[in-house]
Amino acid sequence: MASGYNAKEEDGHRAGAAGPGESASRSRKPDNTAFKQQRLPAWQPILTAGTVLPAFFIIGLIFIPIGIGLYVTSNNIREFEIDYTGTDPSSPCYNCSQTYSWNSTTLCTCTLTFSLNQPFEGNVFMYYGLSNFYQNHRRYVKSRDDSQLNGDLSSLKSPSKECEPYHTNEKPIAPCGAIANSMFNDTLELFYIDPNETRTPIPLMKKGIAWWTDKHVKFRNPGGSNANLTAVFQGTTKPVNWRKPVYELDSDPENNGFINEDLIVWMRTAALPTFRKLYRIIQKKNNMTPTLPRGNYTLEVTYNYPVHSFEGRKRMILSTISWMGGKNPFLGIAYMTVGSICFVLGVVLLFIHHKYGNRNNSSDIPS
Amino acid sequence: MFRKRPPPEEERRVRANDREYNEKFQYANNCIMTSKYNIITFLPVNLFEQFQEVANTYFLFLLILQLIPQISSLSWFTTIVPLVLVLSITAVKDATDDYFRHKSDNQVNNRQSQVLINGILQKEKWMNVRVGDIIKLENNQFVAADLLLLSSSEPHGLCYIETAELDGETNMKVRQSLSVTSELGDPNHLAQFDGEVVCEPPNNKLDRFCGTLYWRECKYGLSNQNMLLRGCVLRNTESCYGLVIFAGPDTKLMQNSGRTKFKRTSIDRLMNTLVLWIFGFLVCMGVILAIGNAVWEREVGFLFQSYLPWDPPVDNFLFSAFLSFWSYVIILNTVVPISLYVSVEVIRLCHSYFINWDRRMFCNRSSTPAEARSTTLNEELGQVEYIFSDKTGTLTQNIMTFNKCSINGRAYGEVMNIPGAQHKRAQPLDFSTWNPLADRDFCFYDASLLEAVKVGEPAVHEFFRVLSLCHTVMSEEKSEGELVYKAQSPDEGALVTAARNFGFVFRSRTPSTITTQELGKAVTYTLLAILDFNNIRKRMSVIVRTPEGRIRLYCKGADTVLFERLHSCSHDVMNITSDHLNEYAGDGLRTLALAYRDLSEEQWAEWAERYRGADKAIDCREDRLAAAYEEIEQDLMLLGATAIEDKLQEGVAETIAILSLANIKIWVLTGDKQETAVNIGYSCKMLTDDTTEVFIVNGHTVQSVREDLRRARERMMESARTRDGGKEVETQWGGACSLGNGFSSGDAANCVPDQEKCAQPQAPPTSVLESISGEFALVISGHSLAHALEADMEQEFLETACACRAVICCRVTPLQKAMVVELVKRHKNAVTLAIGDGANDVSMIKTAHIGVGISGQEGIQAVLASDYSFSQFRFLQRLLLVHGRWSYLRMCRFLCYFFYKNFAFTMVHFWFGFFCGFSAQTVYDQYFITLYNIVYTSLPVLAMGIFDQDVPEQRSLEYPKLYEPGQLNLLFNKREFFICIAQGIYTSVVLFFIPYGVLSQATQSNGVPLADYQTFAVTTATALVIVVSVQISLDTGYWTAINHFFVWGSVGAYFTILFTMHSSVLFNIFPKQFHFLGSSQNTLAQPVVWLTIALATVICIAPVLAFRFLKLDLKPQLSDTVRYTQLVQQKKWKPGGRAGRRVGGIGGSQGGALGRLGRGGSRRSGYAFAHQEGFGELITSGKNMRLSSLALATFASRHSASWIDTLRKKKHNPHSTPPTGDSSPAPSLGPPLSTSSSLTGPPEITQEEAGQTNSDHTPSKSLSEPSDVQPNVANVAQMETGGCSLTAQETALGWKAAGARISGASSPGPPTIAEEAANGE
Repeated sequence: MASGYNAKEEDGHRAGAAGPGESASRSRKPDNTAFKQQRLPAWQPILTAGTVLPAFFIIGLIFIPIGIGLYVTSNNIREFEIDYTGTDPSSPCYNCSQTYSWNSTTLCTCTLTFSLNQPFEGNVFMYYGLSNFYQNHRRYVKSRDDSQLNGDLSSLKSPSKECEPYHTNEKPIAPCGAIANSMFNDTLELFYIDPNETRTPIPLMKKGIAWWTDKHVKFRNPGGSNANLTAVFQGTTKPVNWRKPVYELDSDPENNGFINEDLIVWMRTAALPTFRKLYRIIQKKNNMTPTLPRGNYTLEVTYNYPVHSFEGRKRMILSTISWMGGKNPFLGIAYMTVGSICFVLGVVLLFIHHKYGNRNNSSDIPS
Repeated sequence: MFRKRPPPEEERRVRANDREYNEKFQYANNCIMTSKYNIITFLPVNLFEQFQEVANTYFLFLLILQLIPQISSLSWFTTIVPLVLVLSITAVKDATDDYFRHKSDNQVNNRQSQVLINGILQKEKWMNVRVGDIIKLENNQFVAADLLLLSSSEPHGLCYIETAELDGETNMKVRQSLSVTSELGDPNHLAQFDGEVVCEPPNNKLDRFCGTLYWRECKYGLSNQNMLLRGCVLRNTESCYGLVIFAGPDTKLMQNSGRTKFKRTSIDRLMNTLVLWIFGFLVCMGVILAIGNAVWEREVGFLFQSYLPWDPPVDNFLFSAFLSFWSYVIILNTVVPISLYVSVEVIRLCHSYFINWDRRMFCNRSSTPAEARSTTLNEELGQVEYIFSDKTGTLTQNIMTFNKCSINGRAYGEVMNIPGAQHKRAQPLDFSTWNPLADRDFCFYDASLLEAVKVGEPAVHEFFRVLSLCHTVMSEEKSEGELVYKAQSPDEGALVTAARNFGFVFRSRTPSTITTQELGKAVTYTLLAILDFNNIRKRMSVIVRTPEGRIRLYCKGADTVLFERLHSCSHDVMNITSDHLNEYAGDGLRTLALAYRDLSEEQWAEWAERYRGADKAIDCREDRLAAAYEEIEQDLMLLGATAIEDKLQEGVAETIAILSLANIKIWVLTGDKQETAVNIGYSCKMLTDDTTEVFIVNGHTVQSVREDLRRARERMMESARTRDGGKEVETQWGGACSLGNGFSSGDAANCVPDQEKCAQPQAPPTSVLESISGEFALVISGHSLAHALEADMEQEFLETACACRAVICCRVTPLQKAMVVELVKRHKNAVTLAIGDGANDVSMIKTAHIGVGISGQEGIQAVLASDYSFSQFRFLQRLLLVHGRWSYLRMCRFLCYFFYKNFAFTMVHFWFGFFCGFSAQTVYDQYFITLYNIVYTSLPVLAMGIFDQDVPEQRSLEYPKLYEPGQLNLLFNKREFFICIAQGIYTSVVLFFIPYGVLSQATQSNGVPLADYQTFAVTTATALVIVVSVQISLDTGYWTAINHFFVWGSVGAYFTILFTMHSSVLFNIFPKQFHFLGSSQNTLAQPVVWLTIALATVICIAPVLAFRFLKLDLKPQLSDTVRYTQLVQQKKWKPGGRAGRRVGGIGGSQGGALGRLGRGGSRRSGYAFAHQEGFGELITSGKNMRLSSLALATFASRHSASWIDTLRKKKHNPHSTPPTGDSSPAPSLGPPLSTSSSLTGPPEITQEEAGQTNSDHTPSKSLSEPSDVQPNVANVAQMETGGCSLTAQETALGWKAAGARISGASSPGPPTIAEEAANGE
């Protein structure tokens, strides 16, 4: 790239044209260092039968037990799922799903009954699941203002442009953006029906369902923790689809405003269009009785959230949990499969190596 | 660049000593600027230049796309950070380059010169010298500008210059001032000088100048002969004055330094093609996803608007799809990462440094390290298939040594050939004791010759007297007894030096006398005439009057010519001498015969009269002179003959042997005559006695050349057929071959043929001829080549030549050299390398894919044009087999991995597209996308690209076959590329769907689902980083500490940065920028996530591992086997790593002697009279010496630029026939230089003279004549060197043994080759 002429070269400073002034004192001999001579000490691993085959066997031997363990653990987890979308005319929620509009003032409720065949022990987690809901759509994902949610007062009053079109509704919207606007707002209540037909409400914990970092760092109410939220949110307006403003989400001041955990959970967008989010926790009782004994239950749904328009589905899920989380047969099966394949591959390679491999018997070098 | 250029000059007018007048024309001053920028212009100009690169513009385009909010799928910094990084790295590099250019400019511009201002000599900086100034130059000074020589301290306004820096020729040239100006000796007169020069505008023709001097109402024509060009050095001249005609950028030196043609490697071209394909792929992906987007928006997105309304400008799904296409183009652009080109540059730069740093390519003698002058071609060094080599100075040292002689029928200097005399040989004769003027560097071993001199044998005395008198050497005696000879050709210098050491010292000459010191006694001969050399006469004579008053003619010349002119009484001597000459010729020595003739006064007077008549003749002067010379050179008395060895460079034969084992074909292109070239071919083992047949193509007409080529092919086919009959022989050979990899030094050459025979059938035959595996050689001469290179015959020629194992083109012009290279380059689709040292090789060096310059005797022109330079031919094997091979390997591995990692990284987005409504949502965090290519994965792959080695350097020299994958392009080609891509896509599938499968249902151990976007992103990114790190670990074959550091460091850096980015500290400062608060802590604390990552890693790597193992186990490459063998050896022989080094030492330093011993001695030599017209005329032309325009034209034509021009012309006008046509002397049609010197002979000679020091004209003489003599000579040789055949057998045995040892796989490192032993310290 450089121009072919270099003034220095005219000088005769080049190799071979040593001028009279150039003495041999300054040796141009390169340094004899391992680095410059490319002789750095190095480890040169080679794939030999002695290393590759054991690797396959070891992988197989490790993965298969892990897979079995995962599978067994996963199978021991109780999980119950009920779809309450109400697309089917026979479904109790059919009416609600059909007549719903955002503007209706009357609440539509429906009741579903179900029975658990096995008792659920330990803490039971209650999820709502949505299908065909694209929380991972690019425009959806970016339509939020983290600064506002972090309690920044200026962002509260002038939300980020990213929130468009849920940016202002005459007044700035708090919280702004499509995510917050579409917050899941069905109310789910669970009742245990005794064999003698009495309905016992099951206490649902609404706290402790969000990430600690979200609750305590990422989401903050404007104006500090003990300010009057109503005053703080003065001058803003609720998201279009919301029924209540953000400072009325809960009566508990520790769970109200931006630090309302339902909001926080919703704001943590899902990676896939079918997802579940933690809704409530059913704490285990102190005594020996299971958290949810086997029997009949009713689920009372205050049907606020329309999914009919885009063929979405809504589900309620109850699940127990283990050290590795909820029910997840995929991982166990995958581990067992991969482990087995590796082991078989090891055997096949061993066979091939013994039958056809030419490494051990002849190490001569073909021309 | 920004300076306003004045309109192009029509002509240049310069008035001496008149600055005001000259200023009117605004000529450039003498300040040169090779730098491109200054501080202010650097940024804009450099950026402008950088954005001319397509890649950079592309990324700029992406950046602009990202500014559109509807399209922007990545935040702005993901593109701008890498772009800025790339731009700044390049800018820093450019800035440093330019800084050094500034520095050297400054240094040159600030040199002092003496300028005559107002009659006083003043010191001025070079940059302040103006056109029209008169400057004074002193001896050994560089010429500051293009000057018109006005006067000089030497008589007749002569001055001597060395033009090595300009055209690479080291011999001195003469320049002469006009006689009118030469009288203006002193500054006072010169200050009055007000002549005006009108001349051509600045141009780049080094050998031409045309102008007129107007002074005192008179016109004087000016030619190049009056010019001193910038870049020359004044020699042997005390001082001179010159008028500045062209200054600074207008000088011919600067006009010649155009931008060099940018060479690209085949990998480069492949890479560019692949990048284009990837762009195509990118567009396809974009289209698929855009269609998906259209469908999705219509089917789902339209309905989903209650929660996610369309953007205001988007009113239908098609527009959305259009925007989505661009969004995906932005996201997926990482398949062609901007860092690819930068990384490739960095790797190449490092490889170049490794070449520069290599101590084994450092020449101790000249203190020259190897130099990679171009940093862009390294990996191509690993793919070379054809080497085109110059002979003189490249294969040979261009050092002539007086080796043997035959005086009056007795041969001297034979000591060497006595078997077992190797120890005695170590002591050369000591001349200094009895001859204080002896040259210490001169070596001669035969004491009997010295005895003969001392005893006073008249023939011996006369013999050396001829050598000391009959030449055109100039002597320079700096101090008493310290003689320096300046010879036109090294042969002549060697002869005169020989005479000097044997007591006949040539001391000084004047135009009419020669002073010598004969055995300590000063003798002055009166020089009556010099009958100078030319190519047709092939001899030169001097006529001297001895102090005793006798007139004698001394003649030396080619024996064929001289023997015809001998007196009948010399016939006995002639017969014996002829035998000796054959012997010498067989040894590859250059021979000359010497003779004398006594003249009577009358004969002299009569002849002198005719001579003067001829000399004064205006037309046909040349012919008439030749006729006059012919007349007097009769009835000569033969004295004897000399034999000069054209010393081969160290290790040439070994290098050639190893390179041809590596399947590299070596063609020698030389300006030398056929016989010399063939001899050198034998002595450097290109031709051996095993060579079945040497085809000589020497025809002068199209028909005869075609016929020759056809016959050659027929013979080849025939011999192939006969060999097919003898299959057994073939297999036997094959068996021997399989053992043949572990040869060691000395026997190397012997196994060449066998290797070749084995190798040939393996290579895929491109034509029938190619598959012929014969031991054939083709020798073609320049005039035949001119026909062979014509469009209708070139294919034929190429096929024939490529079927031969050795090709020697002799008497070729520089232009033809380039054409041959071009031919092979064009039709063979192979990588070519040209190596040479002289200005005549420049065209070939520039034409070939890789040009290598030998920085040796002949100046630096070749080096300046080359891509690599070093000082010894033998370093070539290291350059190719070690550095080239490694570079190729590293680059291929680098590219494979690089494409793999980016596909694995990017394609995840494609799969994710199907789950996020084709909305161009990224899978990863934006910062991860930004940093993936520049931080997380760049350094390990760079380290691999820089340091990786598959086998140690000794091994790649031991097993030249290791070089083959490069030639066949096996390591990185389209197939390999697709494999990499497939592997990358497979990895991306695994990396997306495994987390998808696991996380879609999984929850944390506290019940919170894991399927949120951020967890998914962190899991996939971590899995990706780990998978590609494991993959690079698998790819890295040579784990130095640096590799460890980079691989572990990258993974460490990933986690460090991950946790930092997700920390609450950063979030609290920029809540809008760091959305991923706490994700890593939450995610990576989950065992499920780690299980997922482990699962993904195993699924990605296990198939690769299995596949590689199978490939290694079932079909190991040679390098794998060598590696494995080495591993086994290391286990068995822990300490003894470098044993057997000494074994290789036989070759190397003693190569020359051994080489000659080993030769069959059955070839009749050429009578190499490597000579050219010298200073003869200059010397004799006496007081009113008008420099003969003819003689000087010869000098003038010996410039390089002219044939560069020719080449250029050639390229512009491809239909013109090669200039070296038949004998039709049509100077006007020929290249420019032939006009100036065409009178000295047919055009092809003059062309050759342009570059060749050793040139001679052979009339069409085929080698069939010598081959008649062959049987006799062969017998003689067999008798004389009886051990020869035995030696060959022995070496063959030894070689087999070496092979056997290797097959045992237990030998402690087979003996390394000679080069190592010779050079290693």
